[in-house]
Amino acid sequence: MSRIENVSRRGFLQGVVSAGAFVLGVHLAPESLWAETTGSADPLNVTAFHPSLFVGLEPDGTVLMVAARSEMGTGSRTSLPMIIADEMEADWGRVRIVQALGDAKYGDQSTDGSHSVRSFFGVMRESGATARTMLVQAAAQQWNVPASECEASLHTVVHRASGRTAGYGSLAAAAAALPVPAKETLKFKPQSQWRYIGKDASNYDLESIVTGKPLYGMDAHVDGMLYAAIEHPPVLGGKVVSCDDREALKVAGVRQTVAIDPFKPPHHFQPLGGVAVIADSTWAAFQGRQKLKITWDNGPNAAYDSDAFRKQLEETTRKPCKVALSRGDVDAEFAKGGKIVEAEYYVPHLAHASMEPPVAVANYRDGKVEAWAPTQDPQATQETVGSVLGIPKENVTCHVTLLGGAFGRKSKPDYIAEAAVLSKKTGRPVKVVWTREDDIKFCYYHSVAAMYMKAALGADGMPTAWLQRSAFPPIGSTFALNTIYGDGGELGMGWTDIPFAVPNLRAENGPANAHVRIGWFRSVANIYHGFAVQSFAGELAHAAGRDPLDYLLALLGPDRIIAKNDLPKDYDNMGGAYEDYPIDTARLRRVTEKAAEQAGWGKRKLGPGEGMGVAVHRSFLTYVASVVQVQMSDKGKVRIGRVDTAVDAGLLINPDNVRNQFEGAAVFGTSLALCSEITATGGVINQSNFQDYRLCRINEVPAEIHVHLIESNAPPAGVGEPGVPPFAPALCNAIFAASGKRIRELPLTRSGLA
Amino acid sequence: MIQLKVNGVDRSFDGDPEMPLLWYLRDQLGLVGTKYGCGVALCGACTVHQNGEAIRSCVSPVKAAAGKEVLTIEGLGENGLHPVQKAWMAHNVPQCGYCQAGQIMQAVALLKSKPHPTDRDIDDVMAGNICRCGTYQRIRAAIKSAAEVNS
Repeated sequence: MSRIENVSRRGFLQGVVSAGAFVLGVHLAPESLWAETTGSADPLNVTAFHPSLFVGLEPDGTVLMVAARSEMGTGSRTSLPMIIADEMEADWGRVRIVQALGDAKYGDQSTDGSHSVRSFFGVMRESGATARTMLVQAAAQQWNVPASECEASLHTVVHRASGRTAGYGSLAAAAAALPVPAKETLKFKPQSQWRYIGKDASNYDLESIVTGKPLYGMDAHVDGMLYAAIEHPPVLGGKVVSCDDREALKVAGVRQTVAIDPFKPPHHFQPLGGVAVIADSTWAAFQGRQKLKITWDNGPNAAYDSDAFRKQLEETTRKPCKVALSRGDVDAEFAKGGKIVEAEYYVPHLAHASMEPPVAVANYRDGKVEAWAPTQDPQATQETVGSVLGIPKENVTCHVTLLGGAFGRKSKPDYIAEAAVLSKKTGRPVKVVWTREDDIKFCYYHSVAAMYMKAALGADGMPTAWLQRSAFPPIGSTFALNTIYGDGGELGMGWTDIPFAVPNLRAENGPANAHVRIGWFRSVANIYHGFAVQSFAGELAHAAGRDPLDYLLALLGPDRIIAKNDLPKDYDNMGGAYEDYPIDTARLRRVTEKAAEQAGWGKRKLGPGEGMGVAVHRSFLTYVASVVQVQMSDKGKVRIGRVDTAVDAGLLINPDNVRNQFEGAAVFGTSLALCSEITATGGVINQSNFQDYRLCRINEVPAEIHVHLIESNAPPAGVGEPGVPPFAPALCNAIFAASGKRIRELPLTRSGLA
Repeated sequence: MIQLKVNGVDRSFDGDPEMPLLWYLRDQLGLVGTKYGCGVALCGACTVHQNGEAIRSCVSPVKAAAGKEVLTIEGLGENGLHPVQKAWMAHNVPQCGYCQAGQIMQAVALLKSKPHPTDRDIDDVMAGNICRCGTYQRIRAAIKSAAEVNS
């Protein structure tokens, strides 16, 4: 539930708005959490009201909105205010956005899971409509006419009969004195009158970005701050045995070295430990760090070896594992014999490698910490810094900067805790700057995964039984020791929610221990699950002698809503209510058909060495199909000519931003399909910078990326992540069509194709 | 003492002459529009102009800029936005935006040497600049738009 209150006179935004401003506060916490967040069991206890979201209107007409979610490049800092502005009939040019501090009063601020728009669409509209209704009432009172004779239009209230007008700013003081109208009485704008929702808009920070304004965590500056570079234990769980810092201290500008304690398992978001070099400049800190001579005890993960671990994962999936979903009788069907197809797939660890490496400034003083950082989760920052320093989380203030990319890495505030620890130990504000090498070697990695697939094909070539097993070190290992199975969230990402109409189907998950930190990575488990399921669909089409597109559509079966009871009990649907966001195979079919049609599937004449591949995947409640077209060079290398991606993400707020996200997802997908891979030897990550952790460049990505947006009034769904999963399997299906070579492991550099 | 000009302003520097220009710009002058991305000239986020040529400031020592003119993103649009910045805005290029100052500085240098670049020219020159968000298609379109302004 949400509650909207007029808080104009209550000083909630002191220092941000002026005294005469009209301010609405919105409480977003669900009723069940009401008592916890307000300290009162009574939701109507207004004295306990802690707003989560603010809409302010200044007497000069400036509309102020507080962005409580982090902006990492997915556009929510622009699209969420667009929704309020539209319903408020505000002039977008007069909207100013202020970034919120980390604070539990904002509700969940963890910006992940592609849910910012989906979770806040309704309350944003309500807030805008409430403000508009009150401004109309304020004008009507001034003119002594019924409110029903007045209407709001682009920052102005108009009395139709007399033609009188009043600007929003001039009504701020009067609106501030009015009660908030009951939710049931609000009238929302009809969709035909939407001014911003569904229309292309530029990024709110666009001009600041192209002119190089200080926006990011890397740009944060506090007077008197020192700079720190940290030599981390090369193996997870390693400890310093001895450190000779004499040469480091001779470097001009280096002031001191500081030991950081190793974490207490599980590592969670704690600092890794190691030795920090504190200096007057970033450069001096980097230089000094190179002169440290440290002897390490590498600890319990020193035997981690990616090749051996892969074999272990594959062995695991060749034997029965824990059943996550079962329908029909797969074993009985396999026992009947017939045509059996088996395949194994492998996807390595990946690192997020956002262009801005982890970086943070912290200032510890008198038991309190003030931090400035690019973080996806300022409240986790408060908790982590508080727990590492042994101070209450309320004593940690977290300023959220723009994030120079994040992709899930910056959900984990270990680097901010490092800055806080060092500030406390040095008594000065400290800026911790991770090098690219630190970023690649000390990531919370995307999980390595092995998948085993088996199907029995009937006389018509369609599967009568389907078995799939996956094994991967789960994200839960970061939070609890000995977590070896994927949870409902990970398995619900493209595994237990497999939408195919196969009568006998079983999805299993095998155990795997983590030896590096595992974390969320853009699209998470959908990447490896989607790769296996959609590649295997292509393999079955070939085994059945069918066109892969026709076969994929046949696998989807008749249009239907998959019943909630047919999904595991712990299937969480990314937190989306299943009634609002059921798995709808008609939407899967439509995006598949759309991508194929736009790509010219079956119509476009393909030359020698050319091929097309298709894949479809629902993730983050959004339906996405990709058709990739490739050409194999004389040397057997793949060149991606074109990708057509069809997207049904429900109602779209800012279509141009959605296109941008899906264009970017095709590039992100190209990198992980072609060339990105993290491996470990002796517990040490082998890659270090962009020469060996490769990301695609402008000359390596699809020459043409076409994004086709399906118009829909279904509830809004995610757009940041769901473009990634179908890309790699569509590409590998295209390579098979072009060359007859079936790719079962990523990246393609392993197969010599890239 | 190293003398140089940054965005038209005379500067002198008496610190470590081996310090990369990037850290001089960022930590000493507070010109933080130029970004650190890799430190080894592999990503292009630190691209600035030195006597009109695009260089990677993360590996170019301050001493190499002695007597030269350095231009950063902050100095690019002195008299209003540069046409390349305008093109970037018209195409709504950025997502996170972190790499874009480097991309823009590289694109400005490209258009200076090749006012009407082909796709191949763009590939050759822009391949040194990584964008993890994947805005390459818009970067290409923006460069072509800016090139049209040249004609």
